Amino acid sequence: MSLLALRDVHVRFNTAAGVVRTVNGVSLELAKGETLGLVGESGCGKSTLGKAILKLVPLAGGEILVDGVDIAPLQRERLSEMRRTVQMIFQDPYGSLNPRSTVGRSVAQPLIIAGSKPAAAAARVDTLLGWVGLPADAKQRYPHEFSGGQRQRIGIARALALSPKLIICDEPVSALDVSVRAQVINLLEDLKSRFGVSYLFISHDLSVVEHIADRVAVMYLGTLVELGGRDQIWRNPQHPYTKALLAAAPIANPKLARARQRTVLQGELPSPIDPPTGCPFHSRCPIAQARCKTDRPMLRPVGNDTRAACHFI
Amino acid sequence: MILDVRDLSTTLFTRRGEMKAVDGLSLSVDAGETVALVGESGCGKSLSALSIMRLLPDPPARIVAGEVRLNGRNVVGVPEETMLDIRGKEIGMIFQDPMSSLNPVATIEKQITEVLTTHGELRAKAARARTRELLELVGMPDATRRLEAYPHQLSGGMCQRVMIAMAIACSPSVLIADEPTTALDVTVQAQVLALLKRLQADRGMAMIFITHDLGVVAETADRVVVMYAGRKVEEAPVDDLFEAPLHPYTAGLIAATPIPGAERAARLADIPGMVPPLSDLPRGCAFAPRCPKVMERCRRERPQLTEPAAGRSVACFAAEKG
Repeated sequence: MSLLALRDVHVRFNTAAGVVRTVNGVSLELAKGETLGLVGESGCGKSTLGKAILKLVPLAGGEILVDGVDIAPLQRERLSEMRRTVQMIFQDPYGSLNPRSTVGRSVAQPLIIAGSKPAAAAARVDTLLGWVGLPADAKQRYPHEFSGGQRQRIGIARALALSPKLIICDEPVSALDVSVRAQVINLLEDLKSRFGVSYLFISHDLSVVEHIADRVAVMYLGTLVELGGRDQIWRNPQHPYTKALLAAAPIANPKLARARQRTVLQGELPSPIDPPTGCPFHSRCPIAQARCKTDRPMLRPVGNDTRAACHFI
Repeated sequence: MILDVRDLSTTLFTRRGEMKAVDGLSLSVDAGETVALVGESGCGKSLSALSIMRLLPDPPARIVAGEVRLNGRNVVGVPEETMLDIRGKEIGMIFQDPMSSLNPVATIEKQITEVLTTHGELRAKAARARTRELLELVGMPDATRRLEAYPHQLSGGMCQRVMIAMAIACSPSVLIADEPTTALDVTVQAQVLALLKRLQADRGMAMIFITHDLGVVAETADRVVVMYAGRKVEEAPVDDLFEAPLHPYTAGLIAATPIPGAERAARLADIPGMVPPLSDLPRGCAFAPRCPKVMERCRRERPQLTEPAAGRSVACFAAEKG
C-alpha cells in the first residue's frame, strides 16, 4: 500500500473573475521512504496540491488516501491523527514562525496539541533541536534572532516533532542563499536516511529536485503532464513541456551551457480561469496539432516506468 | 572602457555604527561585454549597483571613496541634475521586482513615453510611436493592445519586458541588470535572458549582471566578479572561474550548485556557517570562519587582491601560496 495515493484530485477556487481550476484531476502515488519531486512553474497548482493533502484546502473531487485512509471524512481527533502522519515545511521561514513565540514553544506546540505533558515535550524539543543542528539554547530565543537557514531548521524540527511518515516540503530552500541551501538539503537527506521519512518535495528549482528526488512529477496548469523516475525525466524526458522546462533551466557550467541546443519556449502560462481546451499545453507546444485543441490527453504509460499526457509520444 | 569603477567604497551610517557595505570595489566593463557580479544576500552587490547609478538612499548610505568613470567622466560628485540626464541616456538599470518598480497607476504607454520626453529625445506624438516600437522590440506579445494596460494587468515577465524597454529607450551605453530574472519562472527567465543577450549584441551595450545564481552566470557572463561581505574576492573570465576557481568561497559556491544531468553526488557540498553581518565582520579575512583552507594568518590579516594570471585576481592567502 502506498503511503500517499491521490486519485483524480480536483481543487477549485471561486473568485470574482470566475472559477479557477487550480488542481484538475491529479493522480499519483508515493511509496514509503520515497522522495517525490513535484515541479512546475508558479500557478501550476503544486502548492495547492500540497495543501490539499493536509486538508488545508477543500477538495472539489477525487480522493486522497494517507496510509490507506481516505482523508475527506476525517474530523477532529481523526483529522489531527492524520496530521501527525503528514507534516509540512514552508517556503518562507520568516513568515511561518510566530515572531512572539520562543523557538522552544513553536517546536513544542505540535507535541502539546497532540497531548504531550510539558516536561516530556521540553525534553523532546531538546532532542529535535539537536537533530537539526541548532544549539540547545535556541529554545529560549525568538525567531528574529536567527538567520533564514536557521529558521528553516526550526521549521524542520517542528515538522519532525510528531515523527511523521510524510513531510510535504513546499519550496523549502527557495528563499535561502546557495551555500545555506546546500546545508538544508543535506539535512533533509540525513533525516530521511535516519528516520525513513518520505518527502513530497515541491519546487520550481529543477537542479535541487534532481538532486533530492527519486521520482518526479511535472505539473502544468493543474494537471500532471509527466511522472517518472528521476533519471528517466532528466535523461529522456517525454512530454514537450518537460523538455522545455529542462531546456530552460540554467546550467552552472559555461561550456555545457554554450554547447547545448535549446529552444526557448515561447509565451507564458495561460490564465487558469480560462484554460485552453483540449491539452492545456497546446497553446505553447512546439509539436501541437489540431487534435490537441479538442482532446485532452490522459496520463498513460509510455515505457520505462514513465507516464506522460501527450497524444504524440 | 565604457564603465570603469575604481576603489569604490560605500558606507552605511546607522545608529549602530558605520558599516562598510561596499569596500574598495574595482570593476570595468567594455562595450558588448557582460560582467556578472555574484554573491549571496548582503554581500554588497546591489548597493554597488546603486552606488554606480548614484541612487543610494542618503542617509544612511554614502559613497566615501573611489570613482565611477562612465564614458571617461567620473560621475561621483556630479550634481543631481546632471545625474538625471546621465541616468537613462548613458546608463540604464532594471530591477529584480518589475511589478513594484513600475508605477501602478500609470499606463505602460505613459511610463515609457515619459522616459523619451523627459530626456528631450522626442515630442509627445513621436514618443508614442517610438513606445510601440520599443514594446515590439522587447517581444511584448500583442504590443499595441498592451500600451493601454496597467502593470497589474501584466504578468511578471511582461512587466520585466516593460522595464527593459524603459531602460533601453534612450540607448544607454551601459545597462545594469539587478537580479532581473530572480522573480520569474524558468521558461520566462530563459526568454528574458535571450532578449537581453539579443539587445546587447544589437546595440553593443556594456552590461553588469547582478545575480546569486551561478547557472545564470554561466549562461550570460563573459567575466565574473565574486563579492563577499562588501569586497571583491575574485575576478576571472567565466570559463576560468568555473574550471579553476581560486578563492575557496567561489569554489564552495560552485560545488554547492548541482548541475542538471550530472551524476548525483551522495551529498551536496555545502559551506558551513553563514555570511557574517556587516556590523560584525571578523578582523582578518571575512570568509575565514567558514573557510576550509583557513590558516592562522587569515584570522589576523586581511588578504589584498593579487593577480596570479592575466585577467584574474583573487584575495586569499591560501591561493597565493598555491
